[in-house]
Amino acid sequence: MGELGAFLKIHRVGFDKRDPGERVHDYKQYFALQGEEELRRQGARCMDCGIPFCHEGCPLGNLIPDWNDLVYRGRWREAIDELHSTNNFPEFTGRICPAPCESACVLAINSDPVTIEQIEMAIAERAFAEGWVVPDPPARRTGKSVAVVGAGPAGMAVAAELNRCGHQVVVYERDEGPGGLMRFGVPDAKLEKSIIDRRVSILEQEGIEFLYGVDVGRDLTAGELRDQHDALVIAIGSRVSRDLDVPGRELSGIHYAMDYLYQRNRWVAAREGRPFKPTEPGAEISAAGKRVIVIGGGDTGMDCISNSNREGARSVVMLDVYQEFEGGTDPRSPWPLPPKRTPSTYALDEGGKRRWGTEVTGFGGEDGHVTHVYARQVTGTSSRDLTPVPGSQFVLEGDLVLIAIGFEHPEHDGLVAELGVDLDHRGNIRTEMTYRTSVSGVFACGDNRIGQSLVVTAIAEGRKCARVVNRALGGTPMDQDRELLAIGAWSGEEDRTLRHEAEAAGTVRPGEQFFSGPGTRSP
Amino acid sequence: MRNVTPPPEATGLYDPANEHDACGLALVAKLWGEATHAVVEKALEALENLEHRGAEGADPNTGDGAGILLQIPDAFFRAAVAGVELPPSGRYGVGVCFLPADPERRAEVEQLIEETIESEGQRRLWWRDVPVDDRYVGDTARAAAPVIRQVLVAASEDLPDQDAFERKLYVIRRLIERAGGRAVALPSFSSRTIVYKGMLTAPQLPRYFSDLRDPRVATHLALVHSRFSTNTFPSWELAHPFRMIAHNGEVNTLRGNINWMRARESQLASELFGDDLAKVIPVLQEGASDSATFDNVLELLVLSGRSIPHAVMMMVPEAYRTRTDLDPDVKGFYDFHSCLMEPWDGPAAVVFTDGRVAGAVLDRNGLRPGRWIQDTEGYVVLASETGVLTVAPEHIQRKGRLAPGKVFLLDLEEGRIVDDEEAKRRVARGQPYAEWYSQSVVHIDDLPDREPRVPRIEPLRSKQLAFGYSQEDLRMIIAPMAAKGEEPVASMGNDAALAVMSDRQPALFSYFKQLFAQVTNPPIDPLRESVVMSLQAGVGAERNLLTESPDQAHQLVMDQPILRNHELEKLRQVSHDVFDAATLDITWPIEKGPDGMEIRLFDLCTEAAMYVDNGASILILSDRNLGPERVAMPSLLAVAAVHHHLVRRGTRLRTGLVIESGEPRSIHDMATLIGYGASAINPYVMFESLDELADHSLLPVDLDQEEAEKRIVKAIGKGLMKTISKMGISTIQSYCGAQIFEAVGLERELIDRHFTGTASRIGGIGLDQLSTEAMERHFRAYPRTDRDLLPVGGVLQWRRDGERHMWNPDTISKLQHSVRGAGAAGPLDAETAASGNGSWATYEEFAETANDEATRGAALRGLMKFRPAGDPVPLEDVELSSSIVKRFSTGAMSLGSLSREAHETLAIAMNRLGGKSNTGEGGEDPVRYAPDENGDLRRSAIKQVASGRFGVTIHYLVNADQLQIKMAQGAKPGEGGQLPGHKVDAYIARIRNSTPGVGLISPPPHHDIYSIEDLKQLIYDLRCANPQASVSVKLVSEVGVGTVAAGVAKANADHVTISGGEGGTGASPQSSIHGAGVPWEIGLAETQQTLLLNDLRSRITVEVDGQMKTGRDVVVGALLGADEFGFSTAPLVALGCVMMRVCHLNTCPVGIATQDPVLRERFRGTPDQVVSYMVNVAEEARRLMASLGIRRFEDLIGRSDLLDMDEAIEHWKARKVDLSQVLHMPEMPADAPRRRTRGPEPVLDDSLDWELVRRASAALETGETLRVGPVPVRNVNRAVGGILSGEIARRHGAGGLPEGTIEIAFSGSAGQSFGAWLAPGVTFALRGETNDYTGKGLSGGIISVRPPETVLFRPEENMIVGNTVLYGATAGRAFFRGLAGERFAVRNSGACAAVEGVGDHGCEYMTGGRVVVLGPTGRNFAAGMSGGVAYVYDVGRRFAERCNAELVDLDLLAPEDDEKLRPLIAEHGQRTGSLVARNILSQWEKGARERFVKVMPREYKRVLAERSASQQPAEAVAEASGAAG
Repeated sequence: MGELGAFLKIHRVGFDKRDPGERVHDYKQYFALQGEEELRRQGARCMDCGIPFCHEGCPLGNLIPDWNDLVYRGRWREAIDELHSTNNFPEFTGRICPAPCESACVLAINSDPVTIEQIEMAIAERAFAEGWVVPDPPARRTGKSVAVVGAGPAGMAVAAELNRCGHQVVVYERDEGPGGLMRFGVPDAKLEKSIIDRRVSILEQEGIEFLYGVDVGRDLTAGELRDQHDALVIAIGSRVSRDLDVPGRELSGIHYAMDYLYQRNRWVAAREGRPFKPTEPGAEISAAGKRVIVIGGGDTGMDCISNSNREGARSVVMLDVYQEFEGGTDPRSPWPLPPKRTPSTYALDEGGKRRWGTEVTGFGGEDGHVTHVYARQVTGTSSRDLTPVPGSQFVLEGDLVLIAIGFEHPEHDGLVAELGVDLDHRGNIRTEMTYRTSVSGVFACGDNRIGQSLVVTAIAEGRKCARVVNRALGGTPMDQDRELLAIGAWSGEEDRTLRHEAEAAGTVRPGEQFFSGPGTRSP
Repeated sequence: MRNVTPPPEATGLYDPANEHDACGLALVAKLWGEATHAVVEKALEALENLEHRGAEGADPNTGDGAGILLQIPDAFFRAAVAGVELPPSGRYGVGVCFLPADPERRAEVEQLIEETIESEGQRRLWWRDVPVDDRYVGDTARAAAPVIRQVLVAASEDLPDQDAFERKLYVIRRLIERAGGRAVALPSFSSRTIVYKGMLTAPQLPRYFSDLRDPRVATHLALVHSRFSTNTFPSWELAHPFRMIAHNGEVNTLRGNINWMRARESQLASELFGDDLAKVIPVLQEGASDSATFDNVLELLVLSGRSIPHAVMMMVPEAYRTRTDLDPDVKGFYDFHSCLMEPWDGPAAVVFTDGRVAGAVLDRNGLRPGRWIQDTEGYVVLASETGVLTVAPEHIQRKGRLAPGKVFLLDLEEGRIVDDEEAKRRVARGQPYAEWYSQSVVHIDDLPDREPRVPRIEPLRSKQLAFGYSQEDLRMIIAPMAAKGEEPVASMGNDAALAVMSDRQPALFSYFKQLFAQVTNPPIDPLRESVVMSLQAGVGAERNLLTESPDQAHQLVMDQPILRNHELEKLRQVSHDVFDAATLDITWPIEKGPDGMEIRLFDLCTEAAMYVDNGASILILSDRNLGPERVAMPSLLAVAAVHHHLVRRGTRLRTGLVIESGEPRSIHDMATLIGYGASAINPYVMFESLDELADHSLLPVDLDQEEAEKRIVKAIGKGLMKTISKMGISTIQSYCGAQIFEAVGLERELIDRHFTGTASRIGGIGLDQLSTEAMERHFRAYPRTDRDLLPVGGVLQWRRDGERHMWNPDTISKLQHSVRGAGAAGPLDAETAASGNGSWATYEEFAETANDEATRGAALRGLMKFRPAGDPVPLEDVELSSSIVKRFSTGAMSLGSLSREAHETLAIAMNRLGGKSNTGEGGEDPVRYAPDENGDLRRSAIKQVASGRFGVTIHYLVNADQLQIKMAQGAKPGEGGQLPGHKVDAYIARIRNSTPGVGLISPPPHHDIYSIEDLKQLIYDLRCANPQASVSVKLVSEVGVGTVAAGVAKANADHVTISGGEGGTGASPQSSIHGAGVPWEIGLAETQQTLLLNDLRSRITVEVDGQMKTGRDVVVGALLGADEFGFSTAPLVALGCVMMRVCHLNTCPVGIATQDPVLRERFRGTPDQVVSYMVNVAEEARRLMASLGIRRFEDLIGRSDLLDMDEAIEHWKARKVDLSQVLHMPEMPADAPRRRTRGPEPVLDDSLDWELVRRASAALETGETLRVGPVPVRNVNRAVGGILSGEIARRHGAGGLPEGTIEIAFSGSAGQSFGAWLAPGVTFALRGETNDYTGKGLSGGIISVRPPETVLFRPEENMIVGNTVLYGATAGRAFFRGLAGERFAVRNSGACAAVEGVGDHGCEYMTGGRVVVLGPTGRNFAAGMSGGVAYVYDVGRRFAERCNAELVDLDLLAPEDDEKLRPLIAEHGQRTGSLVARNILSQWEKGARERFVKVMPREYKRVLAERSASQQPAEAVAEASGAAG
């Protein structure tokens, strides 16, 4: 696929990124697609690998070589069909996925990978622009209904897939809009919220009901929900932030990153006239004019930097426990694995500084407000084998500290407790058999099942879960008279059938232990 | 010697049905005068001189068989049974009986014989005990010897003539054979001929049978035969001759021929036989060899009234379809008889006689040698070699050879040789066959066009989904065929799950693996030798074989078997008085569920039988009714079931089977359908998908539907030719129903019922699972799913939702991580730790993934588990990994397919380990023969000798530790190869002795190996070149490979490699990678079992390769019988290969499989990576050994009792597999060696060369000139010059000695391979003649051959040298005063030669050098010739039509040609005394010069012109490329 040998002649041209000095003054998407000719040239670089590692690198199993080729040949209409066959929301992953596909691209071994994510976004945007993405409600309704709790990417995906099977789906969301962390964590610079609204509108027209501001477990009991629906899917994410247990943590001015990001996204929504929940007075967090210290070097931390830069922080420093690696390649994760850290990011391009190999040991403050961060140099390749460098302690001045070191597990209060679903040793919802929880008729998918992960993984979770739920509800919306003849039904091999369906969803690798969810597999 | 008891039946994987044999044969006759005992003496002398073509088993005194067929010596019998009143000659018959040794059993059999004679109205005269002397025979033969008696039978009065008596004797014999079964064998039973034969060597024959020494045993003719069998089991009756023939060859289409003969039996009728005919049916003896079966049919045809040449022409037709110069009557004869019988296809030299006429016939491709001489006394000798009888030159009248497709006939009444044309014309004018044919036959193009009767409403997408189509099928199979008219090429091996382990509902086709020719017969090159190929197919009823009438030609004929939609409609709605078509539905109603398939299948067979009974001469099996309510059964199942049902009912021949199905879409699919009985196929969904492809711009924009369909049909046609030629079959007609397949993963009941006679050795799924999968496919389409896309595929390229592959992102990345970076050295032992840097922990992860996930779900060994021999032993007690790695080698990957960097890295790594790397077929740069400064050696220990012989010089051969003859390659067994011009850079070209930029072709067969005795010869030749190296033969796993391996052991190889069908390639058609060859587990186990049963295992080292990845694979391989292990893909992965599968495109992005300098710079592999991988594999094996309780690796070998089926496998299909035959251990004494324990056989001891080397010692050391001779030479002196040349190359390198240093004169008939590998500095001048393979691999020496001065004949009209002369020659000169046989200068890449006439296929595949032909040429001259120049003296101006001009131009001489041509002709004249040369030179300017045609490849010309334009003299390039090496 692509053009034979084109990878030797054509160089990678990625997203067209706006000048950091300019974009840091607004909240608009900071990158844009190349023109159609260039995109087709980029598609031509695809080498038609016998084993497309990109396709494996993608948690959704996107058929990357196939649609790269379609773009190269200008077959945009088929490309969106091919893309939609594995990915319900390519316009999201085309923007905010860290693109493990690209790090797995065979060209990444000794050259620049194909600009896969850009091509994905281009296909999606072309499809919306051409009017190819239209509501496609199911031809028949099964009469079964499903409640999905949580309107993040996992919840949206499970809802979309189940609705397509003909079940009536209601999505309950405690926040004021759909998208979960895509709406409240990710800045508009990466994902403008209209993109989410555009998709949700399609889903609504296909018949999915979204109810916002409903906190199941508080506004509505889990029991009521189960009475009203034939199945219940928990997709509430992993929202308990990981904390730092160091002296001085109690000082004010030290916040979880997510609290800051929620406020910033609501601030932008308010500015743009979209519905928003106002921040309680006195709880505002602002970086304007502050010396900001961001703890944690992941995407959340970067988004904090991005917002701090836009608010006009006096300085921004990120403290990352990991080592800087030589030569730009991360030896901890050789090809085809995605690097744990990239040398730079969009946020750092706009301002701020990262200190590698530093561990926070405490905070100092005045009047109960943080003023200093105590830290030291460490060595090690993972959070488990950090070794302090003797005599490396240092102090940084800072008056806003944002902790962005990840999440523990889903919130246990409320829905989880009320349902009484079993948890695994990490506090995630245990799903013994595929996506089934310990409570009959209750399923779970996404971060609340596997721990914090990527948007692309969340969508994949939702798709897999939908197959299982559909099966539990009596199969596909096929002609009911022939239901018994559906795949494998006569063989009485329930397990094989399940596997079939999960594989058909494009989500199980050959050889993968499908039935032992991540919850039971980890040590 | 251990006494071997004959295995009565198949045991384990060994099946006697797979046995092959080959041999030397001769026909001796006296054209005029009285019958004489001298004929017998001469025949026995000839036989003894053919001894080297036969073979001995583990017991050297036991031959594989020798025998003689004579006219009944009347005088002898009258004396021998004195006292009995013998009727006149011709009124009594002699039955030769092999009787049980046990007296009681013998009495029963004798009683049976007597009663049968009596009940048939004849009179038993006498039982004669045949005197035998068993003192000289081997123990094995003696133990199995039958009691031999002759029964004399007198003819009854009512039999009008001797023919009637012969028929009656035949009837009696068949009755006895049918009633007596295995207890009795009747080698002859005739009033005309008598056979003496047994499990003897040639010299033993006359010693054993004193009759043969009796001077009263006189005859006009004798057939003798010396057998080379692949087994060592005692079998007296399998010796030749049979009753009418002796045969050197192999019937490739045997299975089909047998089935068709069975089908014919019910409609046989003969006035001559009358009611007696029923007594001889079945005509074929159960379980007989191909030769015996051929004999059975020939006998029937002759006894029912046809002459023996007539019958032979029916069974072995020449390639007549493409001939323009053929007598129209003869062509008509062949056309007509093609409606009666399919060819018995395969390489064959058959000598035949009915006691009155004798003759010989050669197959259409000339794949067996046959030379004859007639002397002045009227004796004629025809034999596999010339020189088998010593005839003084002045007594030789004529000489000749058997030419392809030609008949050689001796008319004893007229006392002369009847040539082919006359013999055939006589037969062809017997009836107006041409007229009959043209009146009765109907061509499909002559039928009127028809519209479909039923409207077609089913949407395409539903059909595609229901038939299991994927995007991959459209994109990677159908689109390329439609666009280019040929099957797409791919690369690397097939690592996908076996069909029986797949969850992807693979089509039934994928359970069938194509069989292919290896060793015992050659595959054909369907492109370069297309003159022998035919795709023509016919449908319609066949009639009684035993009569002749015009309506036997009522056949509907198609040029090829793929029908487009409108053509099928013509057929379906045919309205013709003799044709009637019926369409049968092969779908079943969905409401019946999976059980509905079997019900429908049963009804289908019943309906088919009924329609046939009612006169339907065409049955169309159709799944057009597929729809939401009806499920399609596998099309192959429908075809095979109906075919076999009708065969069993005896009505199969009354109808032709046509399949109309949406399912077939690849070449392999089509081939299986035809192989199981379909005459024509309409793959309608494939055609209907073209629109979609066009719509998706996957086809060229200017391609219309019509043209696209035509191209697909063309592509399939080419692919089918390739498929059938893999087995050496040249006509689709004889492939049809021939079942050239092995099933992998289908249960016995299913096979026995519907695929009767197919090998299926691991059990597997049956109708239940097939119907379940059919329904699963159906439910992809119905009810309509939410998504309209086709599944993505994933068989050819890995996809996550697709088929399971053993190489996947997980296994590749883990393997690469394990050999990179500074991981812990792990558990490496001290010696190897220093050299490796891999991480043991990461390797363990890789091994776990590869073993437990990838292999477990895909390969047979994944279904096995270990059974420890005892308690685990401490790891430190187990043989070190540094010792185990010495058993490892890397696969044969050529420089050319791999980059220079990758190729050398592998060699360095394997040399560091003490293992072996393999050159592959591409030569090796001599600079690699010396160590590098750091001590690394880039020399490959294994030097491969493949069919192209690229870079195979004497210098190359002496620089090897092992010489490997590649008979087949896992990814494309039975096929040749092609290196495209863009991969032939200056470096590659230099090493391969070719021209940069010009593509190179490797032929499918070795042109010096058409049979097992030829292989024995090449092994001998290679041993001569390098007596220190071991000789290996590489085979590919298929049913019968064990038997071939036994033959390889008997041919004195040291080593045999069994490759799995899943092995890799640098370029091969898609259908070969996936469709041919079976897993190594089966082939290896069969090899081990067969070698053990034959007591040959200790003689040979067994290596296995094909998708080897881990230590577990190694241990499984060892337990199944392997001493050594080959790895190819895995070490490449260690070097950075990521399975792009673009090796054939030259775009490998990691610099491994490419010659592009930019990409080669990206190569990052190091020897350390390979070392680390290999050591880790050995270490894993070592740990497994510890857990099994085994300390020494050699104790693992052959312990298949330590393996068991893993019952934990719960896969719904895989658990039906039964590995008991694979794991079977033959019952053997405990001390019987299960591994190689012996050294090689000292076969070179009696070589003539030792004497030459001794006399040349001074010349060898100091270069002093030497003149020797004349040295007498005979046909038993083989490969003369080989050892001498090796000595020169070893001492003096590639350049050898200065020209003329050693000159040796010879006289006599030289044996095969005269002057093989002859090194620079040696000149051989022979007065006499030579056999096949003269000048094989000529490396710089000079050979001249001229007849003795005293001969009576004109040299330029008589044979002087055999077939396949100068094969693979790289340098040197050769001159032959006389005619040469087939394939003169085949694959010549640098030698210059002159000859006075050649047979067919001259200068085939030539890439360099100059050849002058001063006389006639056969057909297909210059096929596949891509370099060098040939000059042909074309007196009759007929050359153009005999030349294959596909690649070459024919020009007149240019002025600059004179200076190249004239000196060569002059030298020819000077060295051979040729009058032809002298005349031409004297007439040079007076017309001779104008008669020359210059034959030059276009590409070669173009490249030379480009060179010359860029300032380099063209000549320099040509010379450089010719002289290098």
